[in-house]
Amino acid sequence: MPHVMSAPPLLEVDDLTVTFGSEAGAVRAVRGVSYQISAGEVLGIVGESGSGKTVSSLAVMNLLPPNATVAGAIRFRGTPLTGQSDRDLSKIRGKNISMIFQDPLSALTPVYTVGDQIAEALLVHADDGMSTQAAQTRAIELLALVGIPNPRQRATAFPHEFSGGMRQRVMIAMAIANDPDLIIADEPTTALDVTIQAQILDVLQKAREITGAAVILVTHDLGVIAGFADRVAVMYAGRIVETGAVDDVFYMPRMPYTLGLLGSIPRPDAQGHRPLTPIEGTPPSLVSLPPGCPFAPRCPMRVQACIEDEPALVPMTGSGEAHAAACHRSGEIEARNLKSADVFALPDLPANPADRVPREARAVVLEVRDLVKEFPLMKGTILRRRTGTVHAVDGISFDIREGETLGLVGESGCGKTTAIMEILNLVRPMAGTIAVLGKATASLTDAERFAIRRDLQVVFQDPMASLDPRMPIGDILDEPLRTHAVPAPERTARIRELLGLVGLAPEHANRYPQAFSGGQRQRIGIARALALRPKVLVLDEPVSALDVSIRAGVINLLERLKADLGLSYLFVAHDLSVVRHIANRVAVMYLGRIVEIGNVDDVFDRPAHPYTQALLSAVPLPDPKKERRRRRIVLQGDLPSPSDPPSGCRFRTRCQLFAELDEPRRQRCLEQSPDLAPRTGGADHLDACHYAEPRSVL
Amino acid sequence: MADPTEKVPVRDAQPAAAPDADAALSRGRLVWRRFLRRRLAMVGLATVALLFVAAYLSPQISIWRYDQLDTSAFLSPPSAAHWFGTTQNGFDMFALTMRGMQKSLVIGLLGALISTTLAAVIGAFAGYFGGVLSTALLCLVDLLLVLPGFLIIAILSPSFRGQSWLVFVLLLAAFQWMITARIVRGMTLSLKERDFVHAARFMGVPGRTIIFRHILPNMASLLIIDATINVSSLILAEVGLSFFGFGVQPPDVSLGTLIGDYAGAALTYPWEFYFPAGFLVALVLAINVVGDGLRDALDPNAGVGIRS
Repeated sequence: MPHVMSAPPLLEVDDLTVTFGSEAGAVRAVRGVSYQISAGEVLGIVGESGSGKTVSSLAVMNLLPPNATVAGAIRFRGTPLTGQSDRDLSKIRGKNISMIFQDPLSALTPVYTVGDQIAEALLVHADDGMSTQAAQTRAIELLALVGIPNPRQRATAFPHEFSGGMRQRVMIAMAIANDPDLIIADEPTTALDVTIQAQILDVLQKAREITGAAVILVTHDLGVIAGFADRVAVMYAGRIVETGAVDDVFYMPRMPYTLGLLGSIPRPDAQGHRPLTPIEGTPPSLVSLPPGCPFAPRCPMRVQACIEDEPALVPMTGSGEAHAAACHRSGEIEARNLKSADVFALPDLPANPADRVPREARAVVLEVRDLVKEFPLMKGTILRRRTGTVHAVDGISFDIREGETLGLVGESGCGKTTAIMEILNLVRPMAGTIAVLGKATASLTDAERFAIRRDLQVVFQDPMASLDPRMPIGDILDEPLRTHAVPAPERTARIRELLGLVGLAPEHANRYPQAFSGGQRQRIGIARALALRPKVLVLDEPVSALDVSIRAGVINLLERLKADLGLSYLFVAHDLSVVRHIANRVAVMYLGRIVEIGNVDDVFDRPAHPYTQALLSAVPLPDPKKERRRRRIVLQGDLPSPSDPPSGCRFRTRCQLFAELDEPRRQRCLEQSPDLAPRTGGADHLDACHYAEPRSVL
Repeated sequence: MADPTEKVPVRDAQPAAAPDADAALSRGRLVWRRFLRRRLAMVGLATVALLFVAAYLSPQISIWRYDQLDTSAFLSPPSAAHWFGTTQNGFDMFALTMRGMQKSLVIGLLGALISTTLAAVIGAFAGYFGGVLSTALLCLVDLLLVLPGFLIIAILSPSFRGQSWLVFVLLLAAFQWMITARIVRGMTLSLKERDFVHAARFMGVPGRTIIFRHILPNMASLLIIDATINVSSLILAEVGLSFFGFGVQPPDVSLGTLIGDYAGAALTYPWEFYFPAGFLVALVLAINVVGDGLRDALDPNAGVGIRS
């Protein structure tokens, strides 16, 4: 039989291993990863922090730090990349393979203009003696291509003059400058807001169509993968544990980890309340991996074989040809077509007793009326004069009733953090009123303020920063009790009780925060907030810094605590999926104002304000079929500066509805700031748009 | 010290941040291991310890006391009876050097403790409370920075003659703390925006307590390094002042007075000069090396910690 010569795949990674030396021992970050990618294809690599997804893609570019040891083969069009000198690799890097990094600020050199940086990328690889002039012209073309307005002027601007989204566009322009065959995008949208993420994914898609390049998209967000990738590889503890076409992996996952991951993410389009299935435990240490399957300690389906030897990636017979999973019991999962809920035990969440009482009959625990917070912009060092005002919060009103969760959502810079800081400071606001449990903060004495702190506590976003690294957990939990003069014997008992309440063991009290994982630290932060038996908890993005598999556990914990302890939550988040899952009511903020507020189902299913619609339509769904059918509303441009907000309606500069209006109707948006009022039926569903019209976007 | 507190920390798999890698080793042990790896610093630490022990145990070993005359040996070179030789008046050079080193060490250590404490407290209060207090304290810092400390102590020297050397230590420390206080203030400004400080504030903990409970412990590494470096610079300051006769007063001796008294004999009777001078150099060098080692061990970015 004659041998058929087939072209080698574009990129072939074969049995790649990467090991780092560290104080604690060798960190086996990547342990035998193999994949191929053909021309024009999009491969999504998904995994949690520490799964080795970034390291394996940096290895392709040979960009790892010197303490990394790389083994295995990486071939680009059949030519091995491993073992090549840095100089030889530089001819391929940036020309045939280019990279987009997560943080576009540190990826661009601050002292050169972006035009020069793109031109440099061109000139470095120009063999035919491209002139500087030509490179500059091409750079401007590229900037226009990625959607930077006024490219000719913007090319002479420095990176710090661009917003995060615009910088990422510059990175994409640089990546496609030399018409590469392969683009590696490492978490390209992770640091960005959801509407900006939609813009960037759009640009990336366009870049792909123009260059015809294959893309490796590394991310932790299953929703992004679902909408963008053709194939997906799920990584866990340095290995690919499941791979295949996107539809196969999303609809027929055969590895318990993938099943768990898909079951643990809240969906913005989920009707009714479905509990999330958390994956218990934490990913293993890459320094001392157990001999068997690395997922075995967390897997509800583990058998003896899982603990003894690590399963290889084997093809699944019942689905697409490329579908493979690394699990001893994947055959069984396939035969019985098990779903997430079959494998992972659904947590038993108690019903919230407050739900039985109608909302109007419940007491108001936190009331905010026309709250204003402005910051002066000052110039000069000795003679300081005021040059402007940042209108961070510009008259917001909401109330939270007993046993209720209000989700406060908005993108960064919309003023939601300023608003909660004003509430937590318990001082007289610049204008408006804040009342906690019926007591207005403006007239509190110091003693009353101190007393009220017992009832209003806070959980922060970053579990790394919210616990003092120099204090053992016991002391951290003791601090609020000691401050409020709880007698010593009670304090010890209460600390034990608190640790139990959040699912930690009493002996953990002696350890320091660094001995805990992110999810556990967040539980400690919650325990600290609960120490004084508060009535209201302010949750400032409590799960956004956590890995997906950990997130569900913390969300379930918050829901259980709310029901058991009769708490009310002010839940601040930019992640709409989580808000839909946990909140009863939701308030959407834009540039210091609330643009829409109402019952969570009303707002998500029938959003009335164009901004809410855009926001919801930008959320990627972890559902490939639905994702392909959706039409995304991509907002233009960035958030305007809060020191110089647009006249009339603040959203009009980016509004998709405004763009379609005729001149006389536009005039109203330009002149008149719409107030928050019920316009679309429900008395409890308020929006701030002159031409509000409910529209389903999910 | 340099924990990034950026939003959305999802960047993965930096080797040092592997989830359980730090869990196995406490921070203290990690720092100690990194310190042990700095061989030079270990030598420095051993030298400092040795000199310290020598300075304080020597009265037990040596048969001569520093204020005792040996009328049978004037200007005798090092010998079995007088290990470092004797002076013109018959003082034992070994006893003198050890006594001088005692004084220098005590002044250095005590002065460093005072100046670092002063810097920590003033810097942290100025940074945490801000406002008028901060402005006033910063003015004081700027004022002290432009005053020539050496000159002022020299001028004040006659008025504290006959008083305890502790006054001298206080004066030395008073001109030493300002730069550190500014650094501490800067670090406080960033620490006070950390969530654990916010959390303490929102539970009603008063500012004073927050400073001593949360802020200062979190810059312990800076303060330790600063104190170490202060020891050597204070010893040098003491030596300089004593050399010119403004510091430690006779009959007491310090390395500075010894060097000042016998500098003229460096070429003729070298043992009178080179022993105190040699011990001074060894002491200051050793302390500096320890300071460098501590800085490298405490700073995770120093890059010597991880080797494959």
